[in-house]
Amino acid sequence: MEKETDIENCKKVLLGEFEPVISAKNLTKTFGHFTAVDSISFDVAKGEIFGFLGANGAGKTTAMRMLCGLLKPTSGKGKVAGYDIEKQSEQVKKNIGYMSQKFSLSEDLRVWENIRLYAGIYGVHEREIAPRTDELLRQLGFESEKNSLVKSLPLGWKQKLAFSVSIFHNPKIVFLDEPTGGVDPAARRQFWELIYQAADRGITVFVTTHYMDEAEYCNRVCILVDGRIEAIDLPRNLKEQFNVKSMDEVFQQMARKATRKAD
Amino acid sequence: MKFFNRWHEKQPEKPIRMRQFIVFTQKEFKHIFRDRWTTLILLVLPILMIILFGFGINTEIKNTKFAVYDPSHDVATQGIVNKLLTSEYFTLSEFVNTPNEIENIFKEKGIGLVVVFSEKFYENLLHTGDAQVQLITDGTDPNTASILTAYASNLIFSYQQDLISAQDIPYQIKPEIKLLYNPTLKGVYSTVPGIIGVILILICAMMTSISIAREKEQGTMEILLVSPMKPIVLILAKVVPFFCISIVNLVTILLLSVFVLEVPIVGSLFLLILVSLLYIFVALSIGLLISSVVDKQMVALLISGMALMLPFVYLSGMMFPIESMPIVLQWISNIIPAKWFIIAMRNIMIKGLGFSSIVKEVAILSFMALFFIMLSLKKFKLRLE
Amino acid sequence: MLKYLLEKEFKQFFRNRFLPKVVIVIPLMVTLIFPLIANFEIKNINLSIVDSDKSPYSQQLVQKAQASGYYRITNISENYDNALKSIELDQADVILEIPINFEKDLVNEKAAAVMITANAVSGVKGGLGSAYLSSIISDFNTNVRVEWLQSDSRFVVPRFEIRPLYWYNPMLEYYVFMIPALMIMILAIICGFLPALNIVGEKENGTIEQMNVTPVSKFKFIISKLIPHWVVGFVSLTICFVVARLFYNLIPAGSILTIYILASVFVLAFSGFGLVVSNYAKTLQQAMFMMFFFVLTFIFMSGLYTPVENMPQWAQIISHFSPLKYMIQVLRLVYLKGSGFTELLTQFFALSAFAIFFNGWAVISYRKSSQ
Repeated sequence: MEKETDIENCKKVLLGEFEPVISAKNLTKTFGHFTAVDSISFDVAKGEIFGFLGANGAGKTTAMRMLCGLLKPTSGKGKVAGYDIEKQSEQVKKNIGYMSQKFSLSEDLRVWENIRLYAGIYGVHEREIAPRTDELLRQLGFESEKNSLVKSLPLGWKQKLAFSVSIFHNPKIVFLDEPTGGVDPAARRQFWELIYQAADRGITVFVTTHYMDEAEYCNRVCILVDGRIEAIDLPRNLKEQFNVKSMDEVFQQMARKATRKAD
Repeated sequence: MKFFNRWHEKQPEKPIRMRQFIVFTQKEFKHIFRDRWTTLILLVLPILMIILFGFGINTEIKNTKFAVYDPSHDVATQGIVNKLLTSEYFTLSEFVNTPNEIENIFKEKGIGLVVVFSEKFYENLLHTGDAQVQLITDGTDPNTASILTAYASNLIFSYQQDLISAQDIPYQIKPEIKLLYNPTLKGVYSTVPGIIGVILILICAMMTSISIAREKEQGTMEILLVSPMKPIVLILAKVVPFFCISIVNLVTILLLSVFVLEVPIVGSLFLLILVSLLYIFVALSIGLLISSVVDKQMVALLISGMALMLPFVYLSGMMFPIESMPIVLQWISNIIPAKWFIIAMRNIMIKGLGFSSIVKEVAILSFMALFFIMLSLKKFKLRLE
Repeated sequence: MLKYLLEKEFKQFFRNRFLPKVVIVIPLMVTLIFPLIANFEIKNINLSIVDSDKSPYSQQLVQKAQASGYYRITNISENYDNALKSIELDQADVILEIPINFEKDLVNEKAAAVMITANAVSGVKGGLGSAYLSSIISDFNTNVRVEWLQSDSRFVVPRFEIRPLYWYNPMLEYYVFMIPALMIMILAIICGFLPALNIVGEKENGTIEQMNVTPVSKFKFIISKLIPHWVVGFVSLTICFVVARLFYNLIPAGSILTIYILASVFVLAFSGFGLVVSNYAKTLQQAMFMMFFFVLTFIFMSGLYTPVENMPQWAQIISHFSPLKYMIQVLRLVYLKGSGFTELLTQFFALSAFAIFFNGWAVISYRKSSQ
């Protein structure tokens, strides 16, 4: 699924020729004696689909929460959309979308009401909201559910809705924390189609997952083991390096090093 | 493997279920105690409530300031004022010069009673019988107003008695007053049983229903329900820790009321504990019933916090006597377990009566416990199927 | 931005199965049913009579007790033991026992005794029950003396009348005392409890996190939680005013505007308190119990049930820190005594100080991102 242009882009990042939209430098987070994220550094280029892989408890969510400004780093620096994650976290928030692991739209609001709420919060113009909502629902094939309460939707639909809401305001970057947890492969594939559409619109996608087949869909992946980055490269390169056929096997080899238990 | 099979055959299921039960109860205990704040409050709340009720609701009158309007200025008015001053209930604040000043006195507060004498008081007292003392109180608080009036009247009557004794006038009626159960007239005697009733319902019903609703809300209940455990074991495991906490609370309250509030346990301690345990069962079964119909914490909270607490406090006879309520509310009060519990507790703890005095209450509470448990089990089953 | 948040909050509020009902039902319950419940005990004291004398005098005394309006004769027993049974069964509160030969002793021996036995489990009832009865006996005694000694110049029987007057509430209706104070409790629950529980609820189910990654400022987020509850709280308060007026003819002696003004300051203070709790609580259960703990203290130290002046010294000191105390004072003063704004400046400043303190604390302790 890799496109040659993506690879080119990635190479440019690696060579430092590109202005990165996300960059982390020695980012660290400790809780008491426990180091959840251990001095990680990486850059993500504009338009990339960047996969953040790791077992449960490897520190993926913690790292992502720091980048979104939900958690203060213990040490290290981070920049998202050109803003410092610690000092300018409010600026960061204006330029990102976020979809958390746990579904967190308001269950007791209708579909259109949730869209309207977040659109409004991100400053989408009042008169634009309604027509764009209809258009979005049409694209998703959701028209019939426009007036349904969100709690009545099946999980796969909720996730699609949550993703659509998180990019409704056309953010520079969208952070997805295990967006496809708990749904069937068909629904996951549909979800990834949405991710590609977003990337085509120029939105950078930062996604954590522990499904290794999904890792194959990413332009570039970063594998986290015990809070440290073990590898960061194109999926193809990693497979070559370990001389295996799938990302799953790459991961199997990496994960052997893990000492930390999943929580 | 062989061993395992044999074990299985010989003692079918029962020990496993017992062990499951123990493991789960332990889990529930940990769950509660891990939340330091809640644990602390669960243990401190009864202490706070006892202290607040015991000392905060204080109907004992002491050193109430009073003012006097006295146009007569004679021996009798002087004598009555002095009589009021000899008691510890009243202290003199000021003399007012015109009746108009009285209005302001109440608004500026601090003064509880104004004594207004009629003119030529002593003269009329002896000859015409037209002498009049007005006792003006601030009726805003009827409770205090009536107590102040009653105390002041009695003091003034005793002044009259003094005048009579001085002349050795015959035809005397001597009232002998005997105050049963609570000779010092402490307010807490009547509230302690009520506080126990309210605290236990609060801890048992509210905590049980909220914690089960919470598991439902977070979806962990479903995981537990698909486990091989029987729902009844699961629910029992949830209830046991609250049962234990209630017992700790009961002991705390009893110790505090005996040693701090000095409300003695006159009757049998055994009976008292028996009735309390019965009531705890009722409270827990109400908690179960609520949690069997409710899915959201917020709803459990509103039901147990308002729909339950309000009638328990106001219709149980804890604060207001049931017999002076309209008949419909009196009927409703019959379905409130706290009413029966409070009657039984007062009979045993304060009046020191025996078991025969609480047979009816015990029977009603037992029936209620059974009824609620049956109903909630039925509801749980219905939902599971 | 605030517009959208407010839209959301209002929709969620009215979509809730319980909350809109609570807002209507509680004021109705408090203003309609409470007066029926809070029938004050001192008016209905149950009297048991043991009249062993059965003479004209003993019967006169019984009649006098009955006519006083304080007592209902619920039991007539042949002997004291039976009367005591009626106290044990809660059928009687006070026993008036007139011994045999009462009249004979009074007339011939010049002195006779009567026995009053009161059930003092409830201190108020026991104390008043016996006090009223001894007043009635004193009064009766004076009449007897006047009757016998009027023509006897050796003695002057001192006679006077005691007239109790209860200002502001002449019929001593307990609800007049309680309803204005309970209105404030409603306001405290709707404007202090509910928004705090709402915020903690969003924390617990994770929706607050979705908010926290948006550029919504913490001020706007909080204000969007408070405004709907303020609106609803004042609607509730107004319902209370109207119902109290319609059904019990309870009209504030002072200006209703004064109440609204001070109530706004109180609401500000109490929502601030709620926010502080919501900042520290992680689960609804915790929030609930913290609220319960503090609110209970606030209530009992507020003079809702008994005047602060009757409390022990330490409790009086604590009572200064209960915002409820000041607001309950305001309502009672305005409703019953007609105090105006200038007479309520102390309360106004106290409530403003609470508002600043709690809201300041809430702002400092609120974190959009965690440490």
